[in-house]
Amino acid sequence: MTVHSFQAHFDDLIDREVTIEPKDWMPDDYRKTLIRQISQHAHSEIVGMLPEGNWITRAPTLRRKAVLLAKVQDEAGHGLYLYSAAETLGVSRDELYDQLHSGKAKYSSIFNYPTLTWADMGAIGWLVDGAAIMNQVPLCRTSYGPYARAMVRVCKEESFHQRQGFEIMLTLSKGTEIQKKMAQDSFNRWWWPSLMMFGPPDAESPHTAQSVRWRIKRLTNDELRQKFVDVTVEQAKVLDLEMPDKEIKWNEERGHYDSGPINWDEFWNVVKGNGPCNKQRLETRKRAWEEGQWVRDAATAHAEKWKARKAKGAVAA
Amino acid sequence: MNPNSTPDSYRDPIPNSTMELLTYTLQLADNALIIGHRISEWCGHGPVLEQDIALTNTSLDHLGRARSLYQYAAEQFNKLPVEKKTEIFSSVALQNLVSTAVQVQEDDLAYLRDGWDFKNVLLLEQPNIDWAYTIARSFFYDAFNFLLFSGLLKSKDETLSAIAEKSLKEVTYHLRWSSEWVIRLGDGTEESHSRMQKAIDELWMFTGELFVADDTEKVMAQQGIGIDPLSLQDAWMAIVKSVFGEANINIPAGAWMQQGGKEGRHTEQLGYILAELQFMQRAYPGMEW
Repeated sequence: MTVHSFQAHFDDLIDREVTIEPKDWMPDDYRKTLIRQISQHAHSEIVGMLPEGNWITRAPTLRRKAVLLAKVQDEAGHGLYLYSAAETLGVSRDELYDQLHSGKAKYSSIFNYPTLTWADMGAIGWLVDGAAIMNQVPLCRTSYGPYARAMVRVCKEESFHQRQGFEIMLTLSKGTEIQKKMAQDSFNRWWWPSLMMFGPPDAESPHTAQSVRWRIKRLTNDELRQKFVDVTVEQAKVLDLEMPDKEIKWNEERGHYDSGPINWDEFWNVVKGNGPCNKQRLETRKRAWEEGQWVRDAATAHAEKWKARKAKGAVAA
Repeated sequence: MNPNSTPDSYRDPIPNSTMELLTYTLQLADNALIIGHRISEWCGHGPVLEQDIALTNTSLDHLGRARSLYQYAAEQFNKLPVEKKTEIFSSVALQNLVSTAVQVQEDDLAYLRDGWDFKNVLLLEQPNIDWAYTIARSFFYDAFNFLLFSGLLKSKDETLSAIAEKSLKEVTYHLRWSSEWVIRLGDGTEESHSRMQKAIDELWMFTGELFVADDTEKVMAQQGIGIDPLSLQDAWMAIVKSVFGEANINIPAGAWMQQGGKEGRHTEQLGYILAELQFMQRAYPGMEW
């Protein structure tokens, strides 16, 4: 086949909604875009462990502590599936880590905001995981097989996390005055960054059109954001919390809620590294990796010695 | 009428062993909570993703066991007559609960007792420092726990025996995991070997306490409910020697052993653990979370 016919075959698979598998021919840009998106997602899971990890030792009850630990552990698991999915595209986990540590690769900016109270464990589950699910559910049908399959597992667990988060918020909002204040304060802080999780407006999003065509993305940033707003407004009523955006208003004609302007200046600044925790998060990841170097070296050295001894017949098989 | 001062509780004197069983249960629970808490500090900071996940599993096992034990301890505590209840723990927060005749729950015992009422051994409150210290601490404790829960399977107390049965499966895995890491680090590189040996050397002085029976343990062992830890020492030493042999790690020469945890006399570490662990419950008392 000529490159042209490879391309035609690929386009045909895409059009017929057949999944692309690791050994199939794929255009370079498709591969690059996928590596960028999957690794960005994997990094987000790993960096995302930190803001919630921040409250593991301070969780208010033993049950909450265990649930939070299990949740953060799930995120490590998601990172693992996603790095593995990226590896099928010919890039190693170590290379991807290097890109994260050098600042070349991005991760979701939401994790550059601090977790200041216990209520943030609720708000992150409710809003951040809620927004993540909106972004991710369409990816369960994305064109690249390993990514789609990883996303099926991720989404199942994420929806469980979201329910847990909402349940924390509900407990707080039904609690004492100070607990309700905690919930509202947290909602106020996480609302706008959650909206930003859907990425820049469609008009300014350079990758959207091509990605939609490739089914790497299935809905546009603005479509997903609107869906999130509509759902969250209703959930906030159940929690009896005030929307942090005073301009939220039902628009009969559109059949959606209208909302106030997002501060994109803040968004781009956080993306560029100026968020409250960018430096701290990256340093923490780098430190864990660097301080783990001797441990990984030891494991490798031991495995090699063991293999050599086994070859000599010094240890039982 | 105060439900805790019904004439019944006076007519039915509390046998001494009820208090011993409560203390024994709490000792087991505190050990599980404190090691689980320490290990949970690694979550998100592990040297490699797979081990981060493995360590978190272990932490969850310890916490799960702590919860079962605190629930059992709370059950026992709630059956005590009020004057006994006011005697046991001196923390203001728990005294307040007792005075309002509220039934205590697992969380009250974990979050509202003061440091001197915590019975965990000193080993478990020692900080993570690095992977080698974390492994050494777990290995010493896992080997002990494996033997302890093997013995507790036969406890005359049904709840403890049931908890032992569930725990033994987990602890068997913990011991395998930590033994493998002692060997991996001991045998791995020059650096990992010296780090492993150093951690073993420095934590060794906290291992003696595991085997010194306090009065509670003696009474519980006599009644066939608990285990005299001294009876586990030889088997523990055999596990340690076997793993150290493979890891090329030396048994430290120092013989002076620290003690005090079982009596509530802790190292400086515990205060900081409790300051974090108990922060929410202390700052916002009496709320549902």
